[in-house]
Amino acid sequence: MATTTMNEFAATTISPRLAKNIRRNIKERVIEFILMLAALSAVATTVGIVAILLNESLGFFKTVSVVDFFTDTQWTPLFENPHFGIMPLISGTLTTSAVALMVAIPVGTIAAIYLSEFASHKVRETVKPILELLVGVPTVVFGYFALFFVTPILQNMIPTLPGFNMLSAGLVMGIMIIPYICSVAEDAMRAVPMSMREGSYAMGATRFQTALRVVAPAATSGIVAAYILGISRAVGETMVVAVAAGQQPNLTFNPMESAATITAYIVQVALGDLPHGSIGYQSIFAAGLVLMVMTLIFNMLGHWVRKKYRENY
Amino acid sequence: MTQASVIKNLNEVRAMIKRHKMDDHIFSIIGIIALMVGLLTLLTLFIDLIYDGSGRINLQFLSDYPSRRAANAGLLSAWVGSTLVMMITFLTAVPMGVAAGLYLEEYAPKNWFSDIIEINVSNLAGVPSIVYGLLALGLFVYGLGLGQSILTAGLTLGLLILPIVIVSTRESIRAIPVAIREAAYAVGATKWQVVYDHVLKYSYGGILTGVIIGMARALGETAPIITIGALTFIAFLPPSPISNVPPYLNFDWLSSGYTVLPIQMFNWLSRPDHAFHVNAAATGAIIIVVTLLMNGYAIRLRYKIRESIKW
Repeated sequence: MATTTMNEFAATTISPRLAKNIRRNIKERVIEFILMLAALSAVATTVGIVAILLNESLGFFKTVSVVDFFTDTQWTPLFENPHFGIMPLISGTLTTSAVALMVAIPVGTIAAIYLSEFASHKVRETVKPILELLVGVPTVVFGYFALFFVTPILQNMIPTLPGFNMLSAGLVMGIMIIPYICSVAEDAMRAVPMSMREGSYAMGATRFQTALRVVAPAATSGIVAAYILGISRAVGETMVVAVAAGQQPNLTFNPMESAATITAYIVQVALGDLPHGSIGYQSIFAAGLVLMVMTLIFNMLGHWVRKKYRENY
Repeated sequence: MTQASVIKNLNEVRAMIKRHKMDDHIFSIIGIIALMVGLLTLLTLFIDLIYDGSGRINLQFLSDYPSRRAANAGLLSAWVGSTLVMMITFLTAVPMGVAAGLYLEEYAPKNWFSDIIEINVSNLAGVPSIVYGLLALGLFVYGLGLGQSILTAGLTLGLLILPIVIVSTRESIRAIPVAIREAAYAVGATKWQVVYDHVLKYSYGGILTGVIIGMARALGETAPIITIGALTFIAFLPPSPISNVPPYLNFDWLSSGYTVLPIQMFNWLSRPDHAFHVNAAATGAIIIVVTLLMNGYAIRLRYKIRESIKW
């Protein structure tokens, strides 16, 4: 008799519990699967970008030979007699980026050293959030600034400067990147342990000597990574150059001239109404592929530098 | 060593110390100048926009459609478009980004699979925004046939800010001590109960910070929207999302044509007529105020969280 009661007991109480456990486990698994799908969306985006750029570029390179693409000195895909040499766009991109970096790297680094090593706690705590705030200013606004504020000033100084020029676009882009480089480089220098500074001061070094010969070398990996991320931002920047540098592809490294960058070309074509599948439509994907490869190289270089030269304290 | 040479040496050392101290002062001044170059130029930019656009910043400007005459042109279709696009962006980027962040921090096994996802997320953050525009042009506009619609724009910007949301979610989750999770497990909670009731609740502030910064970025983003073909002259509003007949919701607006604030600004500033440049300046001032307010709120929130939480 006792066994039957036990069995009844088991049948009525344990199995609902088991059932509940099973339901719970299934629910847990389903949730984990959904979360994993969301995480995979990042991979899907990358795959999507690569697939679409390659696919459309493949169509482009059926018409245009790769050799012409890299050796032709003219980029006129929408003309009667089209030329497809990417070099003028690359030269425009590199020139504006170089001007930008000549502003952003020195100013950003000096400001970062000052903030990290010289400024008082209060100054640093006020300036840091402002820098973070400035990183978020939309770039089209900087385009306006370049075209209607900086260009007229530059034209006063250099009367021969055309209304659209790479100098003004590059300078404004540089100013735009300063907060970015400054903020990342400052973080890198802050991460250098205090004991290293104290050791240097104990030997009688001044703040300046400590900053230049102890802190900056110890933070090299972070500072260089900040530069490389700045470069990759400058290369991919669109609105400032589209507004202020001009729309005419021009194979030159002279910042006083007007020239189109890769990004400005894409904007120019997208503003017109090109039929889907035409060579002009495909050309923006080929240009985008070149841009993507350029920024990817810089980004990977940045990660590599950070990993390779990271000092552990 | 004679006394004279010691004194001479001492004087040299003193001169050297003086020189080095001078270097300190000189560098301080250069440092302040460098910092000011960064900060003051941006202040100048802001004042310049307000000054140039001051004549147009009023309510009339916000309630007029674009027009051929600069003085009558307004931002109505642009700010409505921006609002609707941002709604789609929010609805795609936030659930997906938070879920992905939760998975990577709480669930993902430490192996090649999660490494690939991690590398992807950090690389995506460095992809130029115009490349997202090309992706969307090929995938959403032509591949899926969504056309040049609000839905396309919202999804594009959603993908664009996804890495920002993922990274901020992960960072705020990582700050939660293991003890919290262990305590929840100890009273019999399942993994999802731990994640949903504790991890997610405590990282809420940090996630919100990332979401706001991402949305501010999306609001000011111009290049990808141009690439997917936003129209620049829109003198109508998309159909209202709310209707007065059941089921009271209307989804026609998703496929409607649209324009957004930064596109309207770009359109006005690329016209030769100076009167339109005033409109562009006014639009720029409005965009900058909104994005700065959003970013400022997010940064303040972050500092407050950093100070208030002591585990």
